Amino acid sequence: MKARRVKAIAKKELIQVWRDPRSLMIALLMPLMQMALLGYGVNLDIKHIPVCAFDREASQQSQALLKRFQASNYFRVVEAVGSYQVLKDALDYGRCKLGVVIPPDFSERLVDLEAAPVQVVLDATDDNTASIGLGYAQEVVSGYSGDIQLVSWQRQGTLAQNPPAVVQSRVWFNEDLNSRNFVIPGVVAMVLALVGAQLTSLTISREWERGTMEVLISTPVTRMEVMTGKILPYFAIGLVDATLCLTIAVYWFEVPFRGALATLFLTTSLFLIVVLGVGYLISVAIHSQVGASQIALVVTLMPTMLLSGFAFPIDQMPWPIQAVTYLVHSRYYVTILKAVFLKGSGLVALATPISLLALYAAAIAFLAARAFRKTLD
Amino acid sequence: MTASSPAIIVVQDLAKRFAGGFGIDGMNFECARGEIFGFVGPDGAGKTTIMRLLGGVMTPDGGSIRIDGVDVIADPETAKLHVSYMPQRFGLYEDLTVDENIEFFADLFEIDATSREERAARLLTASGMTPFRKRRAGRLSGGMKQKLGLTCSLIHTPKVLLLDEPTAGVDPVSRRDFWRILYGLREEGVTIALATSYLDEAERCTRLGLLHEGRMLHCDTPSALKKLMPGELMSLTSPQARAARDALAGLAGVRAALLVGDSVHIVVDDAKLRTGEIEHALAAAGIVDRRLEPLAPSIEDLFSSLLGQGGAS
Amino acid sequence: MSPDAPEGEARIVTERLAKRFGAFTAVNEVSFSVRRGEIMGFLGPNGAGKSTLIRMLCGLLRPTSGRAEVAGLDVARNPERVRAVIGYMSQKFSLYNDLSVIENLRFFGGIYGVRGKRLAERVEFAIEMAGLAGRADTAVADLSGGWKQRLALGCAVLHQPPILFLDEPTSGVDPTSRRRFWDLIYALSEQGVTVLVTTHYMDEAEYCNRIALINRGRLVALGSPSELKRGAAEGRLLLVECDDVGPLLEALESAPGVRDVAPFGSSLHLLVDDPAADIPKIERFLAARGLGWTRVEPIKPTLEDVFVRLVGDGRLEEATP
Repeated sequence: MKARRVKAIAKKELIQVWRDPRSLMIALLMPLMQMALLGYGVNLDIKHIPVCAFDREASQQSQALLKRFQASNYFRVVEAVGSYQVLKDALDYGRCKLGVVIPPDFSERLVDLEAAPVQVVLDATDDNTASIGLGYAQEVVSGYSGDIQLVSWQRQGTLAQNPPAVVQSRVWFNEDLNSRNFVIPGVVAMVLALVGAQLTSLTISREWERGTMEVLISTPVTRMEVMTGKILPYFAIGLVDATLCLTIAVYWFEVPFRGALATLFLTTSLFLIVVLGVGYLISVAIHSQVGASQIALVVTLMPTMLLSGFAFPIDQMPWPIQAVTYLVHSRYYVTILKAVFLKGSGLVALATPISLLALYAAAIAFLAARAFRKTLD
Repeated sequence: MTASSPAIIVVQDLAKRFAGGFGIDGMNFECARGEIFGFVGPDGAGKTTIMRLLGGVMTPDGGSIRIDGVDVIADPETAKLHVSYMPQRFGLYEDLTVDENIEFFADLFEIDATSREERAARLLTASGMTPFRKRRAGRLSGGMKQKLGLTCSLIHTPKVLLLDEPTAGVDPVSRRDFWRILYGLREEGVTIALATSYLDEAERCTRLGLLHEGRMLHCDTPSALKKLMPGELMSLTSPQARAARDALAGLAGVRAALLVGDSVHIVVDDAKLRTGEIEHALAAAGIVDRRLEPLAPSIEDLFSSLLGQGGAS
Repeated sequence: MSPDAPEGEARIVTERLAKRFGAFTAVNEVSFSVRRGEIMGFLGPNGAGKSTLIRMLCGLLRPTSGRAEVAGLDVARNPERVRAVIGYMSQKFSLYNDLSVIENLRFFGGIYGVRGKRLAERVEFAIEMAGLAGRADTAVADLSGGWKQRLALGCAVLHQPPILFLDEPTSGVDPTSRRRFWDLIYALSEQGVTVLVTTHYMDEAEYCNRIALINRGRLVALGSPSELKRGAAEGRLLLVECDDVGPLLEALESAPGVRDVAPFGSSLHLLVDDPAADIPKIERFLAARGLGWTRVEPIKPTLEDVFVRLVGDGRLEEATP
């Protein structure tokens, strides 16, 4: 492999990316846009649930309970209603998602140490919110008094019995239960996976489409030189993008970073090799730029979104699907990122996912090197 | 082919088949060192296929190709060191400038900067492209793109230059520049193999290979090939060309009378013998304003007669 | 010298027709007229403006300035009606490869509004003309160049248009097919159909009655093939045949009285001012340098010589945007 030829190809590639508005947009704008969209758009927290209050007693105690609902971050009392009918209407029309009904003999029952039932009416069409809402309501109420029983009544929909496990497992390392801390590392992985594949997916197909490939293969340049020369500039761009995204994650979204930069750098580099390799393979297989770009999108977007552990935990998935996730490259990186960010894990702790990722990288590199042939047929 | 210039390209029984049918079969020919060899024929005759096989960018189904002693099929990469291939659509890197394109190819062939600069300057001056060195390739005219492609192909000194329809659609001035550069290469001993569907461009080649439906019909110098044409050619120019054609069509010794624009190309068995009769027939038909003179046959005439008039196609 | 076709009124007239795309002038004030039954060729390299010109005449593009009349209709005001009287053929692009011969014909017939009995008659005529009798159900993809070409012509004349536009009709087609095709065109011309052809092949242009040379949007010359050749360089073109072109090429470039030298196979074409005087001068010149030659004699110029002569040594060509 001659360094001079690799350098020539890398330089040409870089000039082309720089001067081609489409590539530049993918390289620089797309990561920013996606970080913004996904970072702000994906929010698994349930906060400020609108509540309607039907206080049938209107005593000091009942008002004190309602004030607790208001004071809690989870709820926002939006309306005080005077009848069940109005409450039903409010739920039906979506003015609130949850109704709290305090019985007319509330304080009496409390004083007599009997159970004081407080009715909670739920709109369970949004099953997730409803069950979580119920859980929060329980918290608020128990905080007020251990004697209050929550009697729940479903207005619409069916209530699932299990609240999502996410609520339980988060508490250890993400104390404020801020879903953002959980999601953003996944977003970074997603952005890199998408952008990386898009960039390289165009590189070979563009040359075929424009006719420059036919000349290139008639020169003494070798397959390895072509591959290395073409991937190098995108690797550099990928690192720039990764740095950009991670910086945004830490300084803008304020995701705590507890790990070591070196670990981050190493694992990100490995992941980039995989992602760029995937794009390159697609580019070799598909000679049309539009086609390659589309396939790259489909092959990276869906698996990363659904199967990498980015938003939906893998251990909650059915067993066969879990097996499939081993093929999803972003899965390893998401695991590593979350661990490095939130747990501060080092290389030793992450030995398994890192070596699997490295194996993946080696496999892709091998396939990519062999895939590109210097013939027209 | 003279004994003093041994063949640099030797092709034997070359075959390549395609699903659609436009392949080549049983091709045998040799190109001598330093000559300009033209592959002439219509679309689908196999010109581009031969070029691609010679350039090592496609593998044949049978036969052998040797360029300067190197077996192109077994060892294409060695062959590519001394061959430059310019395909029909020479894709230049449109976002790169003229200079950047040249530099790229120079690097691929590991040419040092001084030689590259000297050679580039010379070629660009010959093409009249010196003022455009900093311009992006995408913004050049068609003729200039082809000249740039040629410059990139020649930035290293190949032994063999393969050109696939290099001047298709190019303006005549650029085409002249192009050919001037090609002729200059002969001084350097470069052998040029060129495919063209411009029958008049074929006249510029040293030797021609006439291709038709995947086979080579004949292979010789243009003048030798023209001697193969049966009969002699005359041209009659007249405002009443059609009437003239009708008058001459059935005459004895007139093999064909073909209308071409404002003249009639007459194929006779013996010009000296028939001139008088022709003049007589024209006068009899009332065609006064006329000019009858001998016509040097063109490659097109040659092709037509070899393939047969109104033949199957 | 006027062509042989039946005299008639001008079927196509343009007056300073121009088309500009922003700062770029594609067609620059072109004026000409074409008579009924005449075959007019537009010869020029790619990008010269031929396609733009044809599109304006077909009513597909509005002219920026100037006027054009086709069969008495103003192209700017009645583009739809203009299209109805035109047949357009482009060998490379008109036919549908996955349809059969007859399916293509019926499709184009439908497009041009030819129906019922008339369509059946015209389809039969077209098949005969193309020589495709008995092959009506063959898929177009299975036909070779020459057949496709004649079929495309058939599709273009189904509605018996008085004007026919042929766009690069015989590019890359073998000479025999070209011959056959042009015989068909000549037959149509004899029936009074006016034909316009665009091409970048010099030898194709020779088939036309008159040729318009177009370069960079301008009409550079207009006349019959012989007129053009006579005008430009006839009598001034010399052939020098020799064994070794290279050294003679270099030497003659600086010879006195020699305006241009171009290599042609194993000979050189020289453009001189005065052949009578220059031939002996050149012979002496070569002898003095010890350069051998077989013969030096005047030859007829080709259209390419004409073109180069007229367009000149314009090395300062502007690149297209």
